[in-house]
Amino acid sequence: MSWNIVADVRQLFLFSFMVNALRAGTIVAVAAGALGWFMVLRRQAFAGHTLAIVSFPGAAGAILVGISATVGYFTAAIAAALVIAAVPRSADGRARSGESAIIGTVQAFALACGALFVSLYGGFLNGLTNLLFGSFLGISPSQVVALLAVATAALAVLAVIARPLFFASVDPDVAAARGVPVRLLSGVFLVLLGCAAAEVSQITGALLVFALLVMPAATAQQVTARPMASFWLTIALGLVVVWLALAAAYYSVYPVGFFVTTFGFAAYVLAAAGRAAAARSRRLRLAATPAGSTA
Amino acid sequence: MLPAERSDAAVRFADAAVQVGGKTIWSGVNLTVASGEFMAVLGPNGVGKSTLIKAALGLIGLSAGTVTVLGRPAGQTGKEIGYLPQRRNFDAGLRVRGTDVVSLGSDGERWGIPLPWGDRLFPARRAARGRVREVIDLVGASAFADRPIGEVSGGEQQRLLIAQALVRRPRLLALDEPLDSLDLPSQASVTALISAICREQGMTVMLVAHDVNPILPYLDCVAYLAAGGAVCGTPGEVITSQTLTALYRTPIEVLRASDGRLVVVGEPEPPARHADRHAGPAGHP
Repeated sequence: MSWNIVADVRQLFLFSFMVNALRAGTIVAVAAGALGWFMVLRRQAFAGHTLAIVSFPGAAGAILVGISATVGYFTAAIAAALVIAAVPRSADGRARSGESAIIGTVQAFALACGALFVSLYGGFLNGLTNLLFGSFLGISPSQVVALLAVATAALAVLAVIARPLFFASVDPDVAAARGVPVRLLSGVFLVLLGCAAAEVSQITGALLVFALLVMPAATAQQVTARPMASFWLTIALGLVVVWLALAAAYYSVYPVGFFVTTFGFAAYVLAAAGRAAAARSRRLRLAATPAGSTA
Repeated sequence: MLPAERSDAAVRFADAAVQVGGKTIWSGVNLTVASGEFMAVLGPNGVGKSTLIKAALGLIGLSAGTVTVLGRPAGQTGKEIGYLPQRRNFDAGLRVRGTDVVSLGSDGERWGIPLPWGDRLFPARRAARGRVREVIDLVGASAFADRPIGEVSGGEQQRLLIAQALVRRPRLLALDEPLDSLDLPSQASVTALISAICREQGMTVMLVAHDVNPILPYLDCVAYLAAGGAVCGTPGEVITSQTLTALYRTPIEVLRASDGRLVVVGEPEPPARHADRHAGPAGHP
């Protein structure tokens, strides 16, 4: 690393593995940002985490039987999304209290299966670390194509259902009364979230998906309560975090998942601190005005 | 004249019954809300007041009888009913503005996403946005409509939700316990608002309540619901010891306090509990 920014950035694009990583990271950041924004709004982070965890035995199992890990990631996550969507709900689409217990059970079993598959494969330790904590080395052009195809399909479906899904997420009772198919949308959303979680898992590893699924969306929603603004800010934050993290990982020996998470965390802390400071200065301003005028 | 014989009915239940899970909630209900009237639906907890509203909306089918809404069978009136379901408050952490929640009332169920700069391209969308501002003004929510809805008080949330129900200029407003969880001053101001809208816009209002006193001065008619039927009419006709005793088949005494407030004694849901339900913390969090 030369500290000559132009030369350093140019060097990032010299090697095809790095170009593939940047392409994959960009695709994943956009998909994760869009689906993660709705996940944070709907408070389904636990379901999102489970979908990512499930992609770990999916990938390990795929490697074990000799098929593409990418296929394993998506198959497992989408299957798990369908299982969670099948959990009985009340008529308005809200999950009953048993949902988190069922999701937790699925998650623990999935992790255990993943451990078994890795062990059956021969306990290849480096592979295990990559599956859990991410790697940007060795992303193949065909993997990039698969990520792009899944992300495009997921985002296209999301674009069609976005407004009724927003309605159903914020105000399920009124949405249902207006004829929004709340239950169906909830299931479709989980499948889309499964796609996004499986994509993120391939970059950050199964355990660190929240770095891209939760952190940009949570940060953006701290910054603004305008839905459109916070949605686009989520995607912008995801892109910046992924690009910075890939660059940092390229110039260091540490895993990319660490950098994605650290940059995402830093953005969240800054946003939360900024919001707290803004709220405090507003309170002080209100306190400075004569009593009664603010009531 | 019995109300059921009126011809300008906005909502009319005729010998209606509802079953949920094989259990009859109520039956033999004959009830009419005349067009432009402000009606309260009253009765003890669990008697099926919300179910009555849902049946009028077509969300629950009748097991017997008919319900006609705005001249058509229930469920075919779509945009002409503004509905405010019974609810808890919004999550305090929900980072969505009140304005956005009101806007959902105008186009929330439409597929697709609004295009950026659509306001400039499509006059209809500009008009819809103008209408959202108009109803927010109408309910007196302009001062807090741009704050995250989870951060405003229960009474303010209720005003925004009434605005949401009003966006599409409905002819019938169905409100399920809009005063529940509000402190007494908010109950009075929200009721005054609903009453003013009912008069000025010529809108029919059906409001489910568990305590008649905060709304009594504004009502045109009341309906008391019981498992075996309903009585409706002016408050003076219906809220009497004789009528309620006959309806609930248990001795009920209606007393009138010196300030005009009614005390219903012997009703399956004792009035004393009403006070407890409003004793909790209210107003700003």
